[in-house]
Amino acid sequence: MKTYDAIVVGAGHNGLTTAAFLAKAGLDVICVEKNDYIGGAAVSRNLYKDWWYSNCSYVCSLLRPEIYRALELHKHGLQVTPYGGSVTFMENGDYYGSYHDPEVAYREMARLSRHDADAYKTYSADTMRQCRFIRDFLLSTAPDPTSFKPRDLKELARIGGKFMEMGEARMYETIRFWTMSVAEYLAEYFETDVIKTALSGSGIIGTALGINSPGTAYVLLHHYMGEVDGNVGSWGFARGGMGAVSDSIAGAFQAAGGELRTEAGVDQFIVKNGKVTGVALENGDEIAAPVVVSAMDVKRTFLNCMDKSDLPEKFHRRVKNFKIRGSSGKVNIALDGLPDFSALPEGSSLIYSDMHFIDSMERMERAYDDWKDGIWSRDPFIDMVIPTLNDPTMAPPGKHFMSCFVQYCPYKIEGRDWTSEERDAFGQNVIDQIAKYSPNFKDLILHTEIRTPQDIEDEIGITEGNIFHGELTMDQLLFNRPIPGYAQYRSPIGGLYMCGSSTHPGGGVMAAPGANAAREILSDLKRPNTVPESFGDD
Amino acid sequence: MSVRAPVHQGRLKSPFYSRLKQLDTVNEWHEWKGYSSADVLYCAETEYFAIRNSTAVFDLTPMTKYRITGPDALDYLNRLVTRDMAKVRPGRVAYAVWCDDQGQVIDDGTIFHLREGEYRLCSQERHFAWLMAAAMGFDVTITHETEDVAALAVQGPTSFSVLDKMGFDGLERLKPFDLGHFDFQGSEIMISRTGFTGDLGYELWIDPAQAEALWDALFAAGELHGIRAIGTTALEISRIEAGYLAAYMEFLPADETVRTGRSRSPLELGLSWLVDFKKPNFNGRRALAEEKRNGSTWRLVKLDIEGNKPAHNSYIYGSANGRKGEIGFITSAVWSPVCKQNIAIGTVRMPHGKPGDNVWVEIYYQREMHWNRKMAKATVVDKPFWFPPRRGAKPPGPF
Repeated sequence: MKTYDAIVVGAGHNGLTTAAFLAKAGLDVICVEKNDYIGGAAVSRNLYKDWWYSNCSYVCSLLRPEIYRALELHKHGLQVTPYGGSVTFMENGDYYGSYHDPEVAYREMARLSRHDADAYKTYSADTMRQCRFIRDFLLSTAPDPTSFKPRDLKELARIGGKFMEMGEARMYETIRFWTMSVAEYLAEYFETDVIKTALSGSGIIGTALGINSPGTAYVLLHHYMGEVDGNVGSWGFARGGMGAVSDSIAGAFQAAGGELRTEAGVDQFIVKNGKVTGVALENGDEIAAPVVVSAMDVKRTFLNCMDKSDLPEKFHRRVKNFKIRGSSGKVNIALDGLPDFSALPEGSSLIYSDMHFIDSMERMERAYDDWKDGIWSRDPFIDMVIPTLNDPTMAPPGKHFMSCFVQYCPYKIEGRDWTSEERDAFGQNVIDQIAKYSPNFKDLILHTEIRTPQDIEDEIGITEGNIFHGELTMDQLLFNRPIPGYAQYRSPIGGLYMCGSSTHPGGGVMAAPGANAAREILSDLKRPNTVPESFGDD
Repeated sequence: MSVRAPVHQGRLKSPFYSRLKQLDTVNEWHEWKGYSSADVLYCAETEYFAIRNSTAVFDLTPMTKYRITGPDALDYLNRLVTRDMAKVRPGRVAYAVWCDDQGQVIDDGTIFHLREGEYRLCSQERHFAWLMAAAMGFDVTITHETEDVAALAVQGPTSFSVLDKMGFDGLERLKPFDLGHFDFQGSEIMISRTGFTGDLGYELWIDPAQAEALWDALFAAGELHGIRAIGTTALEISRIEAGYLAAYMEFLPADETVRTGRSRSPLELGLSWLVDFKKPNFNGRRALAEEKRNGSTWRLVKLDIEGNKPAHNSYIYGSANGRKGEIGFITSAVWSPVCKQNIAIGTVRMPHGKPGDNVWVEIYYQREMHWNRKMAKATVVDKPFWFPPRRGAKPPGPF
């Protein structure tokens, strides 16, 4: 039997990133994927006629440009086009638009509140300061604060240095920011409910917390710290859908000599004497390698594919308690044409933007209350985009693909599995919500794909369908991610590594966990590093 | 249900736009706080010399304006800005800066004491949220009035003659930083002897409905006095000659800076004369008092640079060979046509840059595609580059 240098389990964007950097270092790498397609949650799926759905992740910003460049993803088909703005439809028939042009955005805000319009620049600067602090650590391994290894001490000193450099007042602000709720944070700047509401969504997306829950201010950063072409905070569409991200990384991996095998789900990691020796596939095949890297989330890796007796008790318990709760679903729709939104004036640029249908902080919080009760939000927070307005490749001319990210949506309905009627009702609820603002919307629907957290788990494999592979709360960030003492991509099993979004710096289609894991593995193997350093921005 | 029209999507037009557009021959405009503002109308050099030689008219309507009234207006302003506003009587205008709690400048601007207890604050940036936050506990009303007031700068040696010809009775009594209320075709106009050019000049403030009539009357009166409309390019040259600061050039508003150490205190901007420690309380007082005791990090310098190549974006060094390392950088630079001097404003680390000191400026300049580099010696000066006697003349003469 052939022995590889390394096996990567899971061909999502992080698995492929690790695989590509290992292959570039000259290792003989195989990447195995349980589905008959690659991409994991960064995928474009042809589910209806000539429509391609970004049916999990749907926009691109956090993908580290260093990785884009190092893997020459442009040569493998990736093209990210920026888009801007957002609109919040209001129950009174009005709308609040956030425009790409700063002066127009200012005017729209000043229409509602001069105070808020002027406060926005300070809010932006303060939030950007937090982004800058954290961005610098995305492409580096989180230091272990209990270790006395020189590299950990050096990295800790770097973080400490950056922290001290902020000055006394801003150090206080930073500590507050990391622990406060997004609602409290926004209230420090803004007085207008709809403006706060429009900004608050970024604090809860992918998180089983409400806008008033401590720790949600930090989640904002995961939506602000990305960039398109150096414009920090910008978002873009991957041409061809999010599958273009994974496909291009797979292209780089294969160009470096890597081998991809689909329909090859892993049943067990084979562990002998505390060391991994390979994987046993669901079809009974075995693949041998001294290095195995799991791109699956930490729960699936250690609870589903491993003999419990091979793991330290405390580690096992910590993994069991890792917070990776299902809180969001997707409704993906093929449209026969572009829907009209009655509130929007003809020709409004806001049709190209993110659309939201909740206009008050009260409704945002109430949406969370339903989730706590074990049902989907009757009045959900929807982050809706129509990428085909930008991308001519995802649907036939004049036709459109609409992506609706829906929060909140529980993993189980009142503790039991979803029924198909409930899934349909969840989808219908989203459609009804949008139809309130678009009279011709329902008539344009050609096909709908409804995905509950349960569906996402079943198909993609992410536990509870949590988009970040585990929540982005302080207890699960940096050196605590995923498990204290195991935040440097290694596991208690020799040769077994983690590279998915359960690891630092978390999810959002950054590819940073995958790259950081590759750097650690190459260092253990004493191979030259192929992973790029952060560009930095000073 | 009717559809709400979108907020205006393009650039706003000032109430003087129609007149500016008539005079405009080059079509070179930029965005200024949402408005279209001309860089140049026909020729930047001619426009510049209107400032120094006759009368230049600049549309400053987009300047941010706030009205501050109420029983506590004076106490409020005294708490807000670093200088003592009690000394600014009705009919006077004061240049002022205001700071955050760390003593870092949020912005500078002019405060017009329009009438007893009634003020107008003009600034480059918008500060409503800050002004409101600072108003806590004061009985004041703060109104944003940028769009409600049309404003023109009328600057240059013949500006008094032009305005006098328009029949503003008693205009000659206005000393620098005075303001007065006059009648214009039955409406009230406020005229202040202020400006951004360092020359004799006035600023005119009026209801936007009267804007075009004012423009027409002004240009009719100025016809024989060389009146010219000007754009920002010409104004910017005179601004540097006068040694005035500009937000985003000499300093960044503290509430918009992301990186620590990129903002400046008034002491670091050469504005210690504006900081009155005798006042018991104002925003940033404690931090500024500490800075005064312990010393500042930066110093603003005005530089007279040898040669004739403007020192745009240059590093400043402490020695001719640069071996001691860079000590700062240039924030504004221009060849001064009126002084025939190569001038600049910069920021250097303390203790460098005392008046009279020599520093060296690394100038890159391009000649027919090729780049050249020159280390130019510069002298730190403490006075404005251009300060003609007519600026302070009481009464102003008919030049």
